[in-house]
Amino acid sequence: MGAIKVKLGGPLRSAAGGETEFEVEATSIREMLVRLAEKYPRLKPMLDGGVAVAVDGRVYRGAFLLPISPDSEVFLLPPLQGG
Amino acid sequence: MAQDSKLEARERDFSIVGTRPNRPDGIDKVTGKARFGADMAAPGMLHGLILRSPHAHARIKRIDTSKAEALQGVKAVLTSKDLPDLTGEDAGLKDILINIMARGTALYDGHAVAAVAATSKSVARKALSLIQVDYEVLPHVTDVEEAMKPGAPLVRSDLITQGVEPAPSKPSNIAKRHEFGHGDVSKGFAAADAVIEHNFRTEATHQGYIEPHACLANLGPDGLGEMWVCTQGHYMVRGTCAALLGLDVSKLRVTASEIGGGFGGKTTVFIEPIALALSRMANRPVKVVMSREEVFRASGPTAATSIRVKIGVKKDGKVTGAEAELKYTGGAYPGSGVEYGAMSAFACYDLENVKIVGWDVLSNRPKLAAYRAPSAPMAAFAVESVMTELASKIGMDPIDLRLKNAAKEGTKAPYGPTFNRIGLRETLEAAKNHPHYKAPLTKNQGRGVACGFWFNFGGNTCVSMNLGFDGTVSLAVGTPDIGGSRASMCMMAAEELGIPYDKVRAIVADTSSLGHNDVTDGSRVTFSTGLATINAARDAIKKLCARAAKTWGIPEDAVVWEKGHAKPAGGNAGKFEPLSLQQLAAASPSTGGPIAGHYEVNADGAGVSFATHMADAEVDPETGSMRIIRYTVCQDAGKAIHPSYVEGQFQGGAVQGIGWALNEEYIYGKDGRLQNAGFLDYRIPVASDLPMIDTVIVEVPNPGHPYGVRGVGETSIVPPLAAVANAASAAAGVRLTVLPMSPPRVLKAIEGRAG
Amino acid sequence: MMDGIHVKTTINGDAVEYVCEPDETLLDVLRDRLGLTGTKEGCGSGDCGACSVTVDGRLICSCLMLGAEAQGHEIATIEGMAEGGKLTTLQQKFLDHAGLQCGICTPGILVAAEALLKKNASPTETEVRYWLAGNLCRCTGYDKIIRAVMDAASDMRRSA
Repeated sequence: MGAIKVKLGGPLRSAAGGETEFEVEATSIREMLVRLAEKYPRLKPMLDGGVAVAVDGRVYRGAFLLPISPDSEVFLLPPLQGG
Repeated sequence: MAQDSKLEARERDFSIVGTRPNRPDGIDKVTGKARFGADMAAPGMLHGLILRSPHAHARIKRIDTSKAEALQGVKAVLTSKDLPDLTGEDAGLKDILINIMARGTALYDGHAVAAVAATSKSVARKALSLIQVDYEVLPHVTDVEEAMKPGAPLVRSDLITQGVEPAPSKPSNIAKRHEFGHGDVSKGFAAADAVIEHNFRTEATHQGYIEPHACLANLGPDGLGEMWVCTQGHYMVRGTCAALLGLDVSKLRVTASEIGGGFGGKTTVFIEPIALALSRMANRPVKVVMSREEVFRASGPTAATSIRVKIGVKKDGKVTGAEAELKYTGGAYPGSGVEYGAMSAFACYDLENVKIVGWDVLSNRPKLAAYRAPSAPMAAFAVESVMTELASKIGMDPIDLRLKNAAKEGTKAPYGPTFNRIGLRETLEAAKNHPHYKAPLTKNQGRGVACGFWFNFGGNTCVSMNLGFDGTVSLAVGTPDIGGSRASMCMMAAEELGIPYDKVRAIVADTSSLGHNDVTDGSRVTFSTGLATINAARDAIKKLCARAAKTWGIPEDAVVWEKGHAKPAGGNAGKFEPLSLQQLAAASPSTGGPIAGHYEVNADGAGVSFATHMADAEVDPETGSMRIIRYTVCQDAGKAIHPSYVEGQFQGGAVQGIGWALNEEYIYGKDGRLQNAGFLDYRIPVASDLPMIDTVIVEVPNPGHPYGVRGVGETSIVPPLAAVANAASAAAGVRLTVLPMSPPRVLKAIEGRAG
Repeated sequence: MMDGIHVKTTINGDAVEYVCEPDETLLDVLRDRLGLTGTKEGCGSGDCGACSVTVDGRLICSCLMLGAEAQGHEIATIEGMAEGGKLTTLQQKFLDHAGLQCGICTPGILVAAEALLKKNASPTETEVRYWLAGNLCRCTGYDKIIRAVMDAASDMRRSA
C-alpha cells in the first residue's frame, strides 16, 4: 500500500481551507474516501453528500471498488448531473 | 435529398451498427396508437388538480378546504399536513418534499399549496376555486445579482453558505461557493499581449417538452401501488415516491409511458407523489396532468445567470490566462448546477493558468431541473464570446485560435483530471473544412463559431434478453426511450448475436420486471444500456455455445460464435455442422430449458464529448430581429449506432440553443410573477424560423465502450448560444452580451453603437 | 353540474354520438369520451398544434373548438389516416427520415402536413415551413420533418 495523492475540486477545495491536495494510504476508491474522511473530518459532510472520482482521467460515479495505486491521478469532483 | 453525414469511422466491419433501420415504435407513433403519459385511464379513475400560489413569496397562514370537501364528486383534498416529513437527514429529498407541496411558505409563483381529486375535471376545477388560502405576502427576489446583495430578502431563513472558510455567521441566499482551476492567472494575464473581459447575462429557459407532466397512480390500503408516468426514469419515480410516502420500494410498480420529450426536465418528480397520495386518500386511481401554464410556472427551468469572463492571449494566439466568475440561480433551493458551468467553462482548452469560481444562489423562482448538459451552455456562451473577440483583436481566424489552444489527449482539464482520447480538434477541423465556413456573406449577415464540451456519464443499468423458441429475441431495458433508443438497442443486440435487426424486439420494462436502472439522462442510454445490451447478448451467446457443446459432446471452450452460429473452434474440436441461433433456441427445451442473457452494471467510462458549431445570422437593422440563415453542427459521437438519431440529437440540441439565444426567456414582473407562462409568449423556435441544420458526425471512438460509443444527447446544446451570439454580434456590428438576443435588445445595442 | 349536450357527428368516416358538457372542448371529447388519444394536448391554447384535426377538411386545433360544435360535421383524426392498416406515403416518410424523436407532436404534424399536401401538391421548403409553423416540435429542430414532407410530396406527385 502506498500514499495516494488526492486532488480536490469545487466546494471540497474551499471546505479544505484552500488546500488542494491530500495524501492518504489506500488501495481502492472506497478505501481512499473512508481514509480521507477519517483524516480530514471537515471534508466528511461533503464526501457523504456524494462525489465523483476521476482516476487517470476517467470519471467514476459508482465503481468505488476500483483499485488505485500511488501513481494514479485521483481527483475528487462534485457528483455529476445530466439532462 | 436527405443528406447523409460524413462518417469518419475508424471501423467499418459492422453489419448493422451504422445503418438506418426504421424504429420499432415508429408505426405506433405515426398512427396515434402510442400511449403517452396522459393517454391512460383506469376503472373508477378520479381527476386530480393542484392549487398553486399566486405569490412569489408568501407565508401560508391558513388553508380552508371545507367547502371543497363538501362539493359533490370530490373524493380527496390534500395539503402538506397530509404528507408527513419522512425524509430524515436527506436534504435533497426534503427539498423535493417542500417543492411538491409548500410547507408553511410558498417560495415562488406557481408553488403547489393544495390538491384535489374528483370524479371529473370540471368538478375538480370547481373544488380548487372553493379552497381558501390566507397568505401573508413576503418580500421576494428573482434576480441573481439582487439575491446576492447584503440585505436581499431571504428565500430561506437558515441558509449558511458552504464552501467558504471561515463559514459565514449569518444566513444569505448564497448556498455554495465552488472553485476550480490550476496555475496562476495573474501571472498568465501579465504575460498576455491582449486581454478581454466582459460581463454576460442569460435568462432562465424551459426545456419546453411538448408533453406536459402526466401520471396515473393507484395505491391501495395494503401499500401495493401502480403508476403510469411520463418520466425519464421510472425507477427514480418509484424510489422517490416510496421514500416520500413511506412505502416499500418493491410494492410500487411503475411503468414508463411513451414520453413526449424530457431534455432533463423529467428527471425528478412534481405531480407523481401527489397523485399517489390522493389515490391513497380516496382509495381510487387518480390521474394528474399538468396544464402548460403549470409546466412553465412549476416545473424545472434552467438557471438564470450572471457571468464574468476574462481571457488573455499572446499575439500568436496562445492563451496565457483564463478566469471566470459564474453566478447561477436555480430557484428557491440549493442546486443551481453552477459547478457544471464552472467545470465545463474552459474544458475545451489546454490552459496553464485557469481559475473558475461559481456561486449557487437562491431566488424566488421554481426549482431548477436539469436541461440537456445542465449549466454548460451559459458558461460556453460567455467563454466562446470572449474567445471570438480575442481572435478578431489579434487578427486571427477564430477556428485557428481555438485549434491553437484545443484540449487533446493528455491535457489537464480545468476541472482537474487529464483527458484521454478526445475529439475536439477533429470537430474544429471538420468545421474549418466544411463548405459552410467559406461561403460568402452579404450585408447585415455575420458568421459565428463556438465549441462546447460535456461530460456524459453511465450509471446503474440492468438489461435482460430472452430468446423465444423460434429464435427471435426480446430485450428488456429499463431506460425510457425518448429519441429512438429502442432502435439502437435492437441494432446492438442483433449485431452481437449475428441475427437480423427485425428479429429483436426491445421494450422498456416496468420496475417490477427488471432490476434498477438509473434515469435516462447524462447522455447515458446508448452508452450504458448499449454496453449492457452487448454484454447481455454475450452472456446469451455463452449459453448458446454451451448448448451446442452439450449437443456435440465437446467441451464448451471448443465452441465459438460466428455470424449467428455456434461452430466448433478449429479442427481439433471435431467436425460438426454449425448450429444457428434459431436451431439452438428451438432445441432449447431439450437441452436445458429457455435461454436468456443478463447484464447488470454501474457503468463508468463514458467518454466526454466535444462539438464545434457554425451559425450564420442576418439582422434586420430596422427592427433588431435576428434570423439564422445557415447552421452546421460538427460533433464527436464516438461511434454512431443509428446515424439518423445521432443527427437528430445534433439538430434538436442546436435548435433548442438557437431558441435560448434568440427568443426564449422567463420574464418576471415586479410582483415576482411569471409573465409569459405559455407557448405564445414563451416562444420556442418554429419551423419557419429555421434553416436546415447540417451535421457532420465525427467518430473518435470512446475506449470505454465496446463499439466506441460516446453520449451525444447533451453536447449539442452547449455551443449554439455562443455560436449564435458570435454570428449575431458580427451581423449587428456590436458585441451582444445578454441572452436572449430579442429584437428590442438587439435594436438597443445597434442604436448604442451608432451613438 | 351543467346539463349535457347530445351530439351526432362523423369521425374518421364513422357515425358517432356522444353527450358532452357545454364547455368541453372537442379535444377533451376525442380523448376522454371517445378514447381517441392519438390527438395530443400540448398547451390547450392553440399555440402548439399537437391537437390538430380536420373539420370538413379544414385544419383546426381541437382544443379551440367545443365538442358541441362538432354536430353534423366530419372530423378526421390521426387514427383515421392509415386506411386498412396501410401507412400513407407521408406516414412512411416520417419513419424513413426519422422525422420523429419522442413522437408527441407527430400526430398533429402529420394531420397538418396531409392538409397542406391536399391543398398544394408541390410546396416549396418555405411553404412547408410556414404551413407547419403552428406545430411545435422540441426534439428534431424540424430538419428531418421538413425533409419527410418534401419527399412525401415528391413521391405522391410521381404516383399521382
